[in-house]
Amino acid sequence: MTAKKNSAAGNTGVVTNILVVGIGGQGIMTAADVLSQAALALGYDVKKTEVAGMAQRGGVVTSHVRFGEKVFSPAIRPGDTDMMIAFEPAEALRWQSHLKPGAVAMVNDYPLKPPVVSIGLYDYPEAPLVQLAQSSVKLHHFNAGEAAIELGDRRLVNSIMLGAIADHLPFPPDILEQALLNRFQRKGEALTVLNRQAFTLGRRAFNKNNYSETA
Amino acid sequence: MNAPQPIEKTARKFMSGNEAVAQAARDAGCSVASAYPGTPSTEILEFIAAYPDIYTEWSINEKVSLEVAIGASLAGSRALCAMKHVGVNVASDALMTQTLIGAVGGLVLVVADDVGLSSSQNEQDSRYWGRFAHIPVLEPSDAQEAYEMTRLAFSLSEQFDVPVMVRLTTRICHVKGVVVNSPVEAYERKNFTKDPARYVMVPGNARKRIPLMMARDQKLSQASEAHPLNRIESGSEDCVGFVTSGAAYFHVKEAYPDAPVFKLGFSHPAPIEKIREFAATVAKLVVVEEVEPLLETELRAAGITLYGKDVLPRIGELAPQVLTPCIDKLLGKPCQDTLIETTGLFPRPPTLCVACPHLGIYYCLSHIKNTIIAGDIGCYTLGAGHPWNALDTTISMGASLSVAQGIDKGRSEADQNKNVLAVIGDSTFMHMGMQGLLDITYNQGNVTVLLLDNRAVGMTGGQNAPSSGLNIHGEPTMQVDFRKLCEALGVKPERIHEVNPYELPTLFKALREEVKIKEPSVIITNQPCVLTERYSKLPPLKVDEDRCTGCSNCLDVGCPAILVQRRETVIKPNGREKQLAFVNIDTAVCTGCNLCTNTCAPDAIIPAFNIDKINAVEVI
Repeated sequence: MTAKKNSAAGNTGVVTNILVVGIGGQGIMTAADVLSQAALALGYDVKKTEVAGMAQRGGVVTSHVRFGEKVFSPAIRPGDTDMMIAFEPAEALRWQSHLKPGAVAMVNDYPLKPPVVSIGLYDYPEAPLVQLAQSSVKLHHFNAGEAAIELGDRRLVNSIMLGAIADHLPFPPDILEQALLNRFQRKGEALTVLNRQAFTLGRRAFNKNNYSETA
Repeated sequence: MNAPQPIEKTARKFMSGNEAVAQAARDAGCSVASAYPGTPSTEILEFIAAYPDIYTEWSINEKVSLEVAIGASLAGSRALCAMKHVGVNVASDALMTQTLIGAVGGLVLVVADDVGLSSSQNEQDSRYWGRFAHIPVLEPSDAQEAYEMTRLAFSLSEQFDVPVMVRLTTRICHVKGVVVNSPVEAYERKNFTKDPARYVMVPGNARKRIPLMMARDQKLSQASEAHPLNRIESGSEDCVGFVTSGAAYFHVKEAYPDAPVFKLGFSHPAPIEKIREFAATVAKLVVVEEVEPLLETELRAAGITLYGKDVLPRIGELAPQVLTPCIDKLLGKPCQDTLIETTGLFPRPPTLCVACPHLGIYYCLSHIKNTIIAGDIGCYTLGAGHPWNALDTTISMGASLSVAQGIDKGRSEADQNKNVLAVIGDSTFMHMGMQGLLDITYNQGNVTVLLLDNRAVGMTGGQNAPSSGLNIHGEPTMQVDFRKLCEALGVKPERIHEVNPYELPTLFKALREEVKIKEPSVIITNQPCVLTERYSKLPPLKVDEDRCTGCSNCLDVGCPAILVQRRETVIKPNGREKQLAFVNIDTAVCTGCNLCTNTCAPDAIIPAFNIDKINAVEVI
């Protein structure tokens, strides 16, 4: 179970902290919004915030989702993250220290290298998830990026990642799926079907052998 | 905090602070709203623009924007003007006089401070404007309060005949939370009444308004002392008590939920006597305010003993992980340093978009030697980064031209042969750059101006401006003709070039020609921002691996779609080592702009045929 007793307070009760991380343009904020809407539908107090300086310009983007009986600060304290959804492997590593011991890390292991790496100023880590796997984190990873492209568009990675995390949330996966599909109500049946497929594909990724788990 | 009221599930909306401000403006019967886009305030006007009953506009700059709202207020409407913190500096000339005139229809100035500098050239505490301009300041802590306080701001403005500032910070603007709305108010617009003694601020009239302003300050102080927005939340601990406001309130509640808190909502004028009473009930009083020790100084001057910036950081957000070690230390508790160590991982700085029309400009600028380049606010600031490293200064909105003029006039003998350039975007040019160009032409500066017209306010997400030919709703309107405008500002017609920034040879030719000529010149680019609908994608490109020689010239363009596949070191005939980088192109994001093909001598970059289903579907 991922919910936690807030260390600071008896009166804030149980707060679940989810960190969604990736790169500007990947749909991080939308994914966080869908998670929030699901929690909101269940009657929780919810707060969501971003650290997204120049989000559309390829920079680091993180979105914090917190829900529970009562949520004060919108930002998750470093080390207090129950669950991380990472849209890129090196970004997963970047936020490692924000996870609490035993946290779930759901990672798309399709790498995206920035221009500073392309021009040779910095090195991209050799195997970013190896280090993450060595910590006390429940790591799940799969190539959601490739799956999205196979399904028709790399932007579907968003729905795939939401599907992947669905069975790890402290509420039924259907609630998350419904929150996701609500976004397509006005956009037509075809998109709804496509994103449901993506969501299902994400969930199924953990019923097959194409993922690894390190406790 | 008051006991949470039971609420209907259907009444719960999930809103950002910016969205809540917009909803509040609508529900309060506001009929005119204006802004210039700026992070983190931009979305306020975007949300208000969705309400058909409110006149909305993207103004040219924040001073113009505030003046539009002032006019609307004087005409009897409720008006709202939104801006980011640095915008108030621009608007301040109008603000400092409006404070004497007052307001007829409620006049609300929403200011969003970028605490922690996610995308600004400085960190600035807008609460100072409250004291400076003698206007009340309301400080919401979350979206619900942003909604309530924006509504209150309209009525306070009318009640006290004063513009009211609602001060937000990034953690209010961009935090979504649960918001419950109150009933919509049918505000009846008043008529314009001639009153030159009040509205015409010549010295004689203004002099008479100053005592009225002072009397108003007194009334505002009394109102603040008694206002329920300034409240005490008792706690079970008494070793420390906090005075706080805005986003910092929730940081305090998160870190010390059992401590008593004095929460300020109506923060200027400060309720000093009420705080004095609170101070007597706690062993140690700590003022937690983000950025400047504004309240701290005021309370100290009133003789209240407290802790503030002597134990807390002066810069950035006061998040729980920042507060806890500082306060624990003050209380003599053993404290853990919860700040995170760096991972040693590569940075991922923001960069220009794939196919951005500015890529070609910065590619050229990085290949022209002997230059001093003054930059500006907006996407062009990114030209200071890798691989271009093409900017020498960035000061403030529109400053590139005037700074370049100063560099030209102030340069030493040794720098006389250097080329002085200014880089500015279309929206920025209209915001504050035009005056700089007039100064250059009038005083005959030897400056080459690059006017990068991408027909949008690119950095904030591609909003419309007079260069787009579209208004805030995307409806057609006039489109500014920059060639004619520059001519009108005194640039000779033959010194104005209009170029396609994707055609590198033409661009180089125009640049080389103009830097040689010792008079004012302007090079205007004419391709749209890739974030806008005006940009049309072409089929993507790929790299023919057999032809790629690893020269890495294409990497100098800085397009994020070009990726290195492998590196090799070879020894040249002269014995020197040469680094080779063999590349490919991410066809999923490439828009076929052909800029990189211009830089590829072996013609290794070719159309990528048989790419299936690119952008065939719309997804979230």
